[in-house]
Amino acid sequence: MNFLFRYANPHHFMRLSGAVLPFTAIATLLCLGAGLYLGFSAPPDYQQGRTVLLMFIHVPAATMAMSVYGAITLCSLLSLVWRHPLSDTAARAAAPLGALFTVLGLITGSLWGKPMWGTYWVWDARLTSFLLLLFVYIGYMALWSAIEDEIRAARAAAILALVGAVNIPIIKFSVEWWSTLHQGESIVSGKMAPVFLAPLLLMMAGYAFLFGTLWMIRIRTAILERRARNLMQAGAR
Amino acid sequence: MNFDPLNFDMGIYAVYIWPAYGVSVLVLGGITLWTLLAWRRAKARLAALEAGRETRQP
Repeated sequence: MNFLFRYANPHHFMRLSGAVLPFTAIATLLCLGAGLYLGFSAPPDYQQGRTVLLMFIHVPAATMAMSVYGAITLCSLLSLVWRHPLSDTAARAAAPLGALFTVLGLITGSLWGKPMWGTYWVWDARLTSFLLLLFVYIGYMALWSAIEDEIRAARAAAILALVGAVNIPIIKFSVEWWSTLHQGESIVSGKMAPVFLAPLLLMMAGYAFLFGTLWMIRIRTAILERRARNLMQAGAR
Repeated sequence: MNFDPLNFDMGIYAVYIWPAYGVSVLVLGGITLWTLLAWRRAKARLAALEAGRETRQP
């Protein structure tokens, strides 16, 4: 906890993130490069043929969609309970990234569903709860821009984020709780052949590093914008 | 035996696989570009404001 607060100071965050950014950017390129190389070199799956290639972009996008929401929930909790000063900025900066990962999860999933299930879309528990996640993201971002007073907007958005977090375990366990067309988990349970698992894990790491890199840059941008706003206000006085 | 370096032949599934990759590249590349441009814009604006302040209040 102390660690989190030490880097809550915008000045410290700028210094630390500036030092870390080149490494996360390089890690993103390395992981995505290696993941794509191994992915496109993997043999066709015995059941799915080459549509297994869709897994390498669908699973990372969907996983990030939920992980980013988890990060927003954590930031909102830090903001509401401990008044952590940078967490509102961090939560707000993450939301558009999470929403885009959700959109990618939906599109790539739909393009995978057609050849494998015979349909682009079904209203099963996994797909429906995942679509709901997109609406939660949109509502969260809309709430931020709807309230002018930044402190009130942050408070309201944080509460909405915590309420919306209920959906995350529902998405995760929907494939176990209900009978869904969507398949269950196959990474942790070790059901996947290494020739597919290696590119998948690399792509997941690449997406995670990409998110981390963009998230840091977006927080840094927000800090500079706030400084500029403060200067403008000081000048106007 | 199972390794076929960079095989881009998607057969009948090409119509599903390529659009999915295309959209992913477009969206992730787009947000990366957007993020970098916003950062540069914010940096330039702050620099301009700080320079203006310095000339007003030496």
